[in-house]
Amino acid sequence: MKHMNLTRRRFMKITTSAAGGLMVGIHFPSIARASGEGAAAEINAWLTIDPDNIVSIVTPQTEMGQGAFTAVPMMVAEELDIPWENVRHVYASANRHVNNDNLYTTTSTGGSTTVSRRHPYMMQAGASARERLRVAAANRWQVPVDKVTAKQGWLTTEHAEQGTIQGTYGEFAAEAAAVTLDEEPTIKAYGDWWLLGRDIPRLDVPLKTNGTATYPIDVVVPGMVHAAAMACPVPEGRLVSYDFDAVKDMPGVIAAVELEQVKEVPAFTDLRSGVAIVADSWYQAQNALAVMPIVWDYGRGASISTESQMAEAMQLISQPGALVLNEDGNVGRRLDRGVNHDAAHGIIEASANQVIGEVYYRPFETHATMMPPCAVADVKDDRVDVWTFTQDIARSLNEVADQLGRDTENVFLNQTYLGGGFGGGYNMDVHRQAAAISAAVGLPVKVIRSREEDVAQDSQRPPVWGTYKAALGEDGLPEALVTHFVGDEKFPAFSQRGVANMPYLVPSRRHEYSAVQNHIPIGYHRAPGANSTGFIVEQMVDELAQAGGWDPLDWRIKMTEGNEPWQRVLLAMKEKSGWTTDLGRGEGMGIGVVESHGTVAGCVATVAISRRGQIFIDKLDFYLNSGYVINPLGAREQAESSAIWELSHAMFGGLVIRDGRIVNTNFDSYQVMKMPDTPPEIEVHMEMSEDQWWGGLGEPTGPPTPPAVANAIYYATGKRIRSTPLAKAEL
Amino acid sequence: MSITLNINGQDHSIDVDPQMPLLWAIRETVGLTGTKFGCGIAQCGNCTVIVDGNAVRSCNTPVAAAAGKTIRTIEGVSENNDHPVQQAWQELSAPQCGYCQSGQIMSAVALLEKSPDPTDNEIDKAMAGNICRCGTYPRIRAAIHRAAELSKT
Repeated sequence: MKHMNLTRRRFMKITTSAAGGLMVGIHFPSIARASGEGAAAEINAWLTIDPDNIVSIVTPQTEMGQGAFTAVPMMVAEELDIPWENVRHVYASANRHVNNDNLYTTTSTGGSTTVSRRHPYMMQAGASARERLRVAAANRWQVPVDKVTAKQGWLTTEHAEQGTIQGTYGEFAAEAAAVTLDEEPTIKAYGDWWLLGRDIPRLDVPLKTNGTATYPIDVVVPGMVHAAAMACPVPEGRLVSYDFDAVKDMPGVIAAVELEQVKEVPAFTDLRSGVAIVADSWYQAQNALAVMPIVWDYGRGASISTESQMAEAMQLISQPGALVLNEDGNVGRRLDRGVNHDAAHGIIEASANQVIGEVYYRPFETHATMMPPCAVADVKDDRVDVWTFTQDIARSLNEVADQLGRDTENVFLNQTYLGGGFGGGYNMDVHRQAAAISAAVGLPVKVIRSREEDVAQDSQRPPVWGTYKAALGEDGLPEALVTHFVGDEKFPAFSQRGVANMPYLVPSRRHEYSAVQNHIPIGYHRAPGANSTGFIVEQMVDELAQAGGWDPLDWRIKMTEGNEPWQRVLLAMKEKSGWTTDLGRGEGMGIGVVESHGTVAGCVATVAISRRGQIFIDKLDFYLNSGYVINPLGAREQAESSAIWELSHAMFGGLVIRDGRIVNTNFDSYQVMKMPDTPPEIEVHMEMSEDQWWGGLGEPTGPPTPPAVANAIYYATGKRIRSTPLAKAEL
Repeated sequence: MSITLNINGQDHSIDVDPQMPLLWAIRETVGLTGTKFGCGIAQCGNCTVIVDGNAVRSCNTPVAAAAGKTIRTIEGVSENNDHPVQQAWQELSAPQCGYCQSGQIMSAVALLEKSPDPTDNEIDKAMAGNICRCGTYPRIRAAIHRAAELSKT
């Protein structure tokens, strides 16, 4: 079972760098803070040690509640070997990263990768610093380096004449900063850890209980004005004209600024055509914008609606789609494992034991991060400062530089905490808006999106439709299976991930794909592909199992034979969950299992359906195999969080498009999960395949949860719900 | 128009449109940014403050309506981040992104002042107006019970 998440190329880069070459940021020339009495010394770009032995560890990723600001310092501290209470976390400088050949390799924060893919860099940075401290001590004490130990912030040697000599890392930091190692150390393996693997409370928690955590919306720059902006309510449409005279005398109003779209169809992060009102306060700007007459050219999107996309999808799904193969990108790593794409249709047509599926559907969903997108920009002649909603500070810095035609050396993208991210911090143009408006008015400006504008302009998770047909063999298991999923034209992968590469081994297997016309921008959405496809695949599996006379859990165990990560999860579910398809009338248990982000996640849901058809989710029980877990507390937090995230959409969500625009743009009409809807019991079991691989944990419990609930509803009521929101189903 | 707001025991005389939502007066005029903007229509609870003992949504409360009343914001919950609700929130790692938590904490403080040992049902009812997209509800529910315990000792 190959579960190494480094690509071969990356792996080579790391191992070859061990021979004294450049490992990201490790031999980067230190900023001249290493000199002078009492100064903190930067050992490498990742960490600084001050004379009191306090270590400040740089986090290039953003903190949006997922724990990066704790996980990254943990990985560095593990190797550095410094007491956790001596660790402080600090933001990375995007400017330094961008202008020094991407010093930290990436500042992107998504795909559940901060630990799973970034750990070699962070651990190497800690290990390298520790070894350089040892060399520095050996040089000062005139002893061989192998006689110096570095442990818990202390360097120690047993000197032949002087006995035990000790000094803190802080005492040797300045000298260590100047050391070049002959050879880079190898990072520790699982089993050698003293810090990783323990429950460590997140460092950002206290700041978030007294209102002192700073988000972009809290940033205040002296002389700052406020702006409310509006892009065309039908995406891809354009501003024709606006009547500033009608609002220019309203209280506080300073200016209107036209937002110019350069390209015919903008990329998701390009500035979109629109207009902004600048005022003394945001309230005044928003009031004026709301009443200013604006004329739009809505473009092609005006004829697209939820109904039109549904009709188009139903038409497409009744015809053959395009074959999806392994090499078509981000899909299908298991599709080419002895399957027969071409024969599948023929086998099913000739079969006396066909199963013909109905159509499943997931609608558009939006992020609605609790902080509506917001950015502050201070554009001066010689320097630009920006604070913004972003999950990639370097990318946003580059985009601001592009927007203003400035050299990246003079652009500073200052990190703050994020009020939620969930992928929404990638396909975003609010920083471009702030930069453009600040440049136009010559003042620092804060742009805040109203919630309505946020939802209208967000890069959404696209709709997915899916169906299947199968032929069952004598043993009741499928011998041929064709799935056909319809996605949107802008991001096809979201209707392929999780289905094209599903783990169930069917001898003749084919996945087909079609796309509906779509003008709505698309973005990452905390497992957007696996969430949509998981809902469909994991109900299809229950239908296939039932048709073949198999218990749904036994079917999954049988169909993933030899797949150790899956077997570990499935067998644990069988052993510990009290699994049964027969809980009695009105109650049901259901399962869903989806592998995403390198982690196999199984969910067992227990539901009760009231006489009036209301769904109560009594319990969610998770079985997770992510290989390693560095912080079980953080892992459990993320497991609960990503499950509720997706359950929210499946139970209550669904955007409605009419005349090309999103209709339900605030929480009164776009429903999300609230405290009373939350399952009273959520259990998380870590079923780790230790010493194997690193999986992510920020997203994987989302995908199996809604199908587990829908399957449970089926066993409770006999009714199969093939679309969401589930709460609206007739039961 | 000059309006006097009593926030966390301190009087602030401000000159604003009396219809301006209290939220923006607190954030932009007085400069206390712990109270957050989330929806503008009293649906998400991010902007919750306590006015005369009741949890209210400041985003649709006109500033004039708060004049002469006692307003408490997250900044006034405790001096040292150690109110039982704050302690329980920290102990159980309730916040994730943290953006909604000022509002959650204010709703919880108001609840516990009225009902020192609330049931799950009372908690659900009192907290139903506070949305958290990170889904920290299970931890918040547990933390409210824990805060009730801490308050007794």
